[in-house]
Amino acid sequence: MSDMDMEDDGSGVVKKFMFLNRKAPHGTVYALEGLEVVLITAAFDQDVSLVFTDDGVYQLMKGIDTKGIEVKDFSKTYRALEGYDIEKLYVDRASMDARGLTEDDLIVDVTVMSDDEMKNLMAEQDVVISF
Amino acid sequence: MQFGILINEGPYNHQASDSAYLFARTAIEKGHQVPRIFFYHDGVNNSTRMAEPPQDDRNITQRWSKLAEEHGIDLVVCVAAALRRGIKDELLAPGFRISGLGQLVEMGIQYDRLVTFGD
Repeated sequence: MSDMDMEDDGSGVVKKFMFLNRKAPHGTVYALEGLEVVLITAAFDQDVSLVFTDDGVYQLMKGIDTKGIEVKDFSKTYRALEGYDIEKLYVDRASMDARGLTEDDLIVDVTVMSDDEMKNLMAEQDVVISF
Repeated sequence: MQFGILINEGPYNHQASDSAYLFARTAIEKGHQVPRIFFYHDGVNNSTRMAEPPQDDRNITQRWSKLAEEHGIDLVVCVAAALRRGIKDELLAPGFRISGLGQLVEMGIQYDRLVTFGD
């Protein structure tokens, strides 16, 4: 990520960006390439929130092992987000429940939210990008 | 109003490019501006001039080039997504350029709306 330092569009405007992660970490490239956008947005000093919903909750699951499918395991990146000042991580409770997951199954600290809370948070955003 | 458009799917395989094109064209017709369209994920495949769809089908890439020329739209293809998929400068159709993800973030910061077309 060497190209992400010192990024600035010069306007000094800070907007609320929400990234909606809806897909499983593997099987498609959305989660991996989506993370790139998250990191660049943080490098522009924007107010970044990450939401994990639907199969997206699997992105944060402990014990991911990609050896068998011979693709890169990027789950460590979620633990490094704090270092990019990305600390607002939200997980949809219903999505977690439907998949038999609890907070203890996740590799990072998150705020678990109901549909209503999620709806309100989403309404506060300036930009919502969905992967 | 200024609209930024993000396209995340490849042409023909998925309707995203068609929907985005119709949205952009209509927004402009209605008096809005679309200063930039950003191509990400398989969306980068919209940019290759090597594509030759059958005669009786729409040519999605040429359609983008024409719209960009007529309305001064900046067609930006993500460099990392492009290189991963074999899209290079020498393959780009007129009006497209390769650049970084910062161009996408800028659209979110500067424009009134950022509209995503994809799955």
